Parts: sequence; C-alpha cells; structure tokens
Amino acid sequence: MKLSVEEVSNVAVLARLALCEEEKQRLTGHLNEIIEHFSRLQDLDTADVEPTDRVLPVVNVYREDGARPGLPREAVLAGAPEASDCAFIVPRVVDTADGK
Amino acid sequence: MSFDLDSISTAWQASEALCSGKVSSEAHTRALLERLRALEPRLNAFLAILDDEALAAAARYDENRSAFASPLAGVPGAIKDNMCLIGAPNTCGSKILAGWKPPYNATVVNAILDAGGVILGKTNLDEFAMGSSTENSAFKVTSNPWDFSRVPGGSSGGSAAAVAAGAAFWALGSDTGGSIRQPAAFCGLVGLKPTYGRVSRYGLVAYASSLDQIGPLTRDVRDAALVMNLLAAHDPLDSTSWPEPAPDYTKSLVNDVSGMTIGVPKEFFGQGVEEDVASAVWAAIRLLEQKGARVKEISMPNVEYALPVYYIIAPAEASSNLARYDGVRYGHRTEMQCDHVAMFEQTRAEGFGAEVKQRIMIGTYALSAGYYDAYYLKAQQVRTLLRRDFDAAFETCDLLITPTAPTTAFRIGERSSDPFQMKLSDVCTIPVNLAGIPGMSVPCGFSNGLPVGMQLLGPAFGEETLFRAAYTFEQSTDYHLARPDLRPCGESH
Repeated sequence: MKLSVEEVSNVAVLARLALCEEEKQRLTGHLNEIIEHFSRLQDLDTADVEPTDRVLPVVNVYREDGARPGLPREAVLAGAPEASDCAFIVPRVVDTADGK
Repeated sequence: MSFDLDSISTAWQASEALCSGKVSSEAHTRALLERLRALEPRLNAFLAILDDEALAAAARYDENRSAFASPLAGVPGAIKDNMCLIGAPNTCGSKILAGWKPPYNATVVNAILDAGGVILGKTNLDEFAMGSSTENSAFKVTSNPWDFSRVPGGSSGGSAAAVAAGAAFWALGSDTGGSIRQPAAFCGLVGLKPTYGRVSRYGLVAYASSLDQIGPLTRDVRDAALVMNLLAAHDPLDSTSWPEPAPDYTKSLVNDVSGMTIGVPKEFFGQGVEEDVASAVWAAIRLLEQKGARVKEISMPNVEYALPVYYIIAPAEASSNLARYDGVRYGHRTEMQCDHVAMFEQTRAEGFGAEVKQRIMIGTYALSAGYYDAYYLKAQQVRTLLRRDFDAAFETCDLLITPTAPTTAFRIGERSSDPFQMKLSDVCTIPVNLAGIPGMSVPCGFSNGLPVGMQLLGPAFGEETLFRAAYTFEQSTDYHLARPDLRPCGESH
C-alpha cells in the first residue's frame, strides 16, 4: 500500500499543517518508507491479544470535586500571541450575514 | 570565598563541601555559571542561563541553611527546556514556543526549589524531545564534551553535555524512547528513566504520554539516588502518577549483588551493536558475576518489533499532544492575515521543524479513519507481546543488562540525513518505555576515547535493584571518575 501525494495532502489537512509542494513530495517519500517499516507488524498474529493502552493498573483517578484556585488570568494571557485583558483574541470564526 | 572547583565534581561532594562550611552555595553557583559561560560557545548546552534566579536560590539557602534538609540543597544543577519554570522561557527547542514563559512550575521543579536546589539554566534538546542527537533543536547544536565534533546524544543532550562538562552537578532529562539513557551513555554519565508513573509529569511538555518519564542525569550512582529521592513521589496533579510512596533510594547504595540473577537478552546484542560496545558490556556482566551474581542468557523474541511499534505509538500520541500549538494560547502566531483555520495551518507550518512535522503526519495518518486498526491498534497489541517478554524475563531474573546504545557518540551531521540510522540508536532503549519499566545507563568502558554505557533494566518499581547493581559495579570500577579534556584545541598536551 503506497500513499499518494493527494493522500498526504489530506493527512496534512487533518493535522492542520500548511505544506508547500516540495514538503508534500518529501513527506510522501518519508511516510511511505516508514509505513513499509511498519508492515513487519502484520507478520504477527495478534487476534487474541489485548492492546496495551496503559502500563500501570491506574484507572479512574478521582479527586474531591471542590473549588480550587486556577492560574492567574493575567499570567496565562501574558503568554498568548494576542489577547485582551480578559480573553485570547483569534481571527473571526463566525461569518455574519452582511459579511462584516 | 574562593575554592577549587576541580576538586568537586559530583553533587554529593558539592553537598559535603556545603555542609562542612568550606564553601557557600553562592560560591558554587558563581563558579559553575562562570564555567558554563566559558564553555557555552563550544558546548551549546543551554537555551537559557538563569544567573539572577540561580544566585537568589543560592542566597536563600546560604541565609537559612538549617531550613533545608535535602542533600541537594544549595547544589546547582540544570533542567531540560521542556519543564516549566515560572519566569524562564520554555521553548522545547521549538520556534513555535519561542518567547513563551509558563505561568506555573512543573511538579519536579517545585520539588527541586522547595528542597533548596539551585537551577542554573534550561538545557538544549531536540525539538519537543523528538530526536537522538540534539541536532533537531531549532536554536543550536550541542556538542559532546568528550569530542566536540560529536553529538551528545538526545534528546536530553544539553542536560548530558552540561553535567559531563562539569557545568552542572546534576540535570533533569525526559525519556520517551531513550532520551535520558542514550545521552547518558554517549557522555559517560549515569542516567535513569524511572518506572512509568514514579515521577510526576505535571509541567513537562507532553510528547508521547504513555511513554514519557522524567529522570536524573548525574556523574555517579549516588547522585542519581539523591536526585531520585526528590523526584519520586505521588502527585495528584498527574493522574498517571503512582500512589504508593517512594523508597529512600540511597538505602540501595549497597556493594553486594550476591544471589542476584542477571538476564542477558541476546536480541539486544544483535546487528548494529559495535564490537567494542558489546565487549565492554559483557566485561561488566562478568564483573558482576565475579561479585556473586548469577548470569543467564535469555531470549526476548518480540524485541525486534519494538521499533515499528514505537514509531506508530509515539507519533500518534504526539500528533494529539501537539494539536494544542495553534497560535492561540502560546508562543508563535503567523503574521499572515487569514481566517482562523489558515491561521492554525500557517502558524504550525512556520513554527514546527521538519522532524516534528514528519511525526505529526505519521501519527495523524496512523490514527485516521480506516487505518486505526491496522496501525495504532496493531501496535498496542504488539506492545502487549513485548511486555509479556519482559514479564517472562523477570520471572527468573532480578535484572537485565544490555548495551544502552549500539554505538558510541556519532559525528555531528553523520546521521541527520538518514532518519533510519538515527532511529537505530534507540533500538535498545525503546522497548523499555513500551514496557513502562525502569532503565538505567551506567558508564562501563571506553571505545576510542568515547564513553560506553550499559543499560540495567528491572521490573516495574524495581529501581532499588538497579541502584544496588549499579553501585556495586561502580565500587569496583573507575569509569565514572574519568573526565573529558575540555581545553580548546591547541592547548592540549
């Protein structure tokens, strides 16, 4: 199974990565090499094997549902590329009827 | 107060000098800052040097010594630049986080600071800890103090280079597939990846969450135990943190391995392992045998699948963890005027380096609809087979010994164009993260003047066995006492 440049472009859309043509070509080559390497796993019969999703028997870790102080708002917003005094600022997400 | 820095090279020696009153923490700190500044143009180990913060921490200790009980109080070290420290940049070696300062401390950072530790700076790494040579940092390429034309290993290469060069008495690294142990081996240090869950990851920038662990890089086994005593604890802020209290690891510094059974899995000595490396590790195994351990050759047939399993699971988890870098809450945002989706795509295109993009792409593909069963699920099932190999080994063995890396430190640039060669340098360390067990690299020889490391592996929470065996080995050898010649070319002999 070989990935085409178009399929790689679709993966880039899912990954939210803008890629130039040269990068798409290069990554298609890289990804196909790596997928080739993965194919060795298909030699193993794992039909009855449980997947490992955690290595420790730690599940459902709860804490008291009490109020705790969060991080100071100013300190958090200070790290943002663009912020007001109470929010992160992002490009417009919703189109309005009149286009404004 | 002046003193001879060269007479002190480990954290425990620095601690003894402090406790005897011969030297202040401020003097230690100034001496190390001076040394690291002098070395940094050739070493490139640091992404941030924190003079003011370090001297303030040293003063806090000097003014109130009795308030700090830890042997690491007042002893300066360094942390990898993927652990949050308030007021210091946290770049992860990536342009996408350049300039970002975290609003909180990692739990391990609080543990160090609360104990009176001094943090000199933040060390270089492969971008988001993805790499094996520290060449993938967006900012600088770190050199190996044993040979400045070679890599220090990675991804915790800055931490390893700093300790090996004597610019820090201890350092913290993080290890997802070998990123503490392999640089420890390349730089002649002790490096420990603890059991998954033993050390809190709160405030460690996530790479692959089912694999990541924080641990120490130090010059000897005693120092590793002292650092681990600070790091190992339950943390309610990390829900994967193990709830049982940690032991005092210095109690395991016992010079005795009699009755211990050491397993030697032949698969770790296979293709690609240099002859000098294999013979140094075997010599170490024979030494422990002379000290009373039993040695048993074993086979772990699924180890050969560890690399493909890792290169599915780690990128899959990374693609999810790195989704948060979208130009909204931290660091870089593209200056291009565009809608929000294009802003995410462009920000990420500008901010991430080639290796990170490649891993995000692999991971996104492996998790995408229609391929999940063939790749991610399959990899998790083979991960179970690999864990069973380790379980079986530890039914009859107390610990396993392997090489840490198949070779000694390679030249800068030698492997950066061949990603498969690069990944092969982690072939002995990756299985350990997949199994979640502890692994320690210990200096065990030299090949052409470059350090060789052996890897000790124990069952989950078997760190004490590793400390005991490593300490016994260290007591009978002097590899941990060797120091690199740091004089610039032209001044040597």
